[in-house]
Amino acid sequence: MSCCADPRAGFSGQFGTLPDAIRAAITPEGTGGRLVLHVPDIHCAACIANIERALAPCCPDARVNLTRKTVTLGWDAPTFDPSDAVTILRNLGYTPQPLATASDVRDRHGAELMRAVAVSGFAAMNVMLLSVSVWSGADGTTRELFHWFSALIALPALAYAARPFFRSAAGSLAHGRLNMDVPISLAILLAAGQSLVATVAGEGVTYFDAAITLTFFLLVGRLLDHLTREKARASVGRLAAMRPPFAHVVGTAGTAPVAVEDVRPGALIEIAAGERVPLDARLAAGEAAFDTALATGESHPETVTAGGEIMAGALAVTGPHRLTVLRPSADSYVSRLAALQAAAENVRSRHARIADRAASVYAPVVHLLALGTFLGWMVAGFGAGAALTTAIAVLVITCPCALGLAVPAVHVAACERLFRQGLAIKDGAALERLERIDEVVFDKTGTLTVPSLTDPAAIAPADLAAAAALARHSTHPVSRAIVAAAEAAGLARVIAADVRELRGRGMEGVIDGRRVFLGQGGPDWAEDAAPAGGRLVFLREGAAPLPIAVTEELRAGAADLVARLKARGLPVTILSGDRAEAVASVAAALGVADWHARLSPSGKVAHLAARQRAGARPLMVGDGLNDGPALAAAAASIAPADASDLSQTAADLVMTGPSLAGVWAALATARGAHRIVMQNLGIAAVYNCIAVPIAVLGLASPLVAAIAMSSSSIVVTLNALRVMRGSTSGIA
Amino acid sequence: MSVLVYLIPVALGLGGLGLVAFIWSVRSDQYSDMEGAARRILNDPD
Repeated sequence: MSCCADPRAGFSGQFGTLPDAIRAAITPEGTGGRLVLHVPDIHCAACIANIERALAPCCPDARVNLTRKTVTLGWDAPTFDPSDAVTILRNLGYTPQPLATASDVRDRHGAELMRAVAVSGFAAMNVMLLSVSVWSGADGTTRELFHWFSALIALPALAYAARPFFRSAAGSLAHGRLNMDVPISLAILLAAGQSLVATVAGEGVTYFDAAITLTFFLLVGRLLDHLTREKARASVGRLAAMRPPFAHVVGTAGTAPVAVEDVRPGALIEIAAGERVPLDARLAAGEAAFDTALATGESHPETVTAGGEIMAGALAVTGPHRLTVLRPSADSYVSRLAALQAAAENVRSRHARIADRAASVYAPVVHLLALGTFLGWMVAGFGAGAALTTAIAVLVITCPCALGLAVPAVHVAACERLFRQGLAIKDGAALERLERIDEVVFDKTGTLTVPSLTDPAAIAPADLAAAAALARHSTHPVSRAIVAAAEAAGLARVIAADVRELRGRGMEGVIDGRRVFLGQGGPDWAEDAAPAGGRLVFLREGAAPLPIAVTEELRAGAADLVARLKARGLPVTILSGDRAEAVASVAAALGVADWHARLSPSGKVAHLAARQRAGARPLMVGDGLNDGPALAAAAASIAPADASDLSQTAADLVMTGPSLAGVWAALATARGAHRIVMQNLGIAAVYNCIAVPIAVLGLASPLVAAIAMSSSSIVVTLNALRVMRGSTSGIA
Repeated sequence: MSVLVYLIPVALGLGGLGLVAFIWSVRSDQYSDMEGAARRILNDPD
């Protein structure tokens, strides 16, 4: 099970004081409690089985949620200690982190929508059953009885299921605006009220069926929209992992854990190998290697000497070391990045979604139409009753069923198609933004390029095969490069036993009875052999360390993608934090004329902001922690699968495959989906052009209203499903 | 037509039963991890 954390992997010291953080996250329940742990490394069925089986003896109620990557612990006994469960998880090689509150993991709004869909669906079916009898000619007492039954079913169901619309409409009116939910709520309320009056009076037609069917279709649209968004929101908890909650402050009586917020500048903190630096700090003494891959995208560890500065979020390769804190937590590098990203996302969320724009035009028109119909019938002398009934028929028939489904149904189908192509997308709005992009900006390191071995031939085949045996257990880009080199050389597979990961350092295992190590730094049994500066090395017990030189080469599909983008007329730019020569050579290889080197994260943001001010809509493709703010600042963004957690959180879309071809597939699907959205809006418009005159003239009986509404909803849904088929391949 | 007096309540009752069952399944979080549920069938029972 190479995708799973190794069962024998060692205890990771990242959260050495987890019990304190855990205690704060427990929700008391009766005599016991509930704790939700975020475990980012849950991947597959075997992970579920491993974790639940291991936790069964101490906590039989433990439940893994694969979608959200969480483990929920529930217990009744007051004596139960959840840190036991955390220790078990860590010993399995997973990295559990507490989630702040249980509400983070429960999707209350989704559950409410689902219940509302169920209630309205149930009511719609039964009311329709009764209505069909009435339309078929039931009269007299039977007809009255059926109207009463319909009222009995529809009114409570509407009161319950239509609440999401009422709430949203009330909120919108309170702000002095009209949104789509105002005509919806008005139509439901008026139709129900008029029908109730007709039922009590025992004469006239009722619209219970239309009101409840309308609610049902609209709720389905809402639920689909919500589900696509929720899928992406589940990943938000990842950002917390970048910032350890505690720092080990060195005092007179040894070290003590202190919450990072309370650590003052000037305090001395201690950090072990494999831990993340909690705050921006300066190395107090000696020499240390830090893996800053997440911050700078640089794959080689950086060597820092006494007095050198280290940014928060860097991973200590060697240790333990003592550091002097430079800045309070709120000003640390990671905090500033998060703030930069939040600001950029704020700007982006102002993007007006197509459905909302359509609604802002549609809602006033519907109201005016209904009002005009009412006044027209009054003036024509048909009396208030008939005028009101006709106005209600107009409201019901123009109600945006098709419009409410037109966009979310396409987005759901498009997300499903992207998912099958190895792309996970955040929400429908991201799809719309992706469709509108008119230029593409790439990060270099880790995005356009991946590491590869400089000279595999220089390494003895036996050593390369052994290194690959260890590398197969890791998903690090360098490990993949080693495996690829071994496979390219046609070497027979060697099996390593007892493989475990030394966090921040590398992998160790046993081959042919001798211990082997692959990584930077060194294992406990050969610390002296560790090369300075934490360069990549392969070690065999009793043999001299073998340095492995790594260079970077173009990622699969990069050249093809850039060529296709340029052929499509989309300008390509490279923004990198790397040296100018390195960027220039990659740009030359890809034929990209516009490149910028040595950019800071805020430099990248500034570039993207300037492009957007100039009217361009750039797509950003990047992977590093330093790309997070830029990904958020771009009009749309894509991150590769091996990107940092922060980038994956910031990006609209995450590719799960190793090739950059996914970018092209995403653009093609986004454009195909846009075409179908526009078609659906067109269908909805045509439907209204036909149905509105009928309703205004008072010819819309409840039967006509119900048929028109259902058929238009079904047509747009079926049209949306076309996105799933191959008919949208290629950018049109 | 008097048969309707029984049939309508019976139809509503059966439909209501389905509704109650669905709401129960939502409440007990059976839809919170669709992906996990799909993978769990691959695991051997203990």
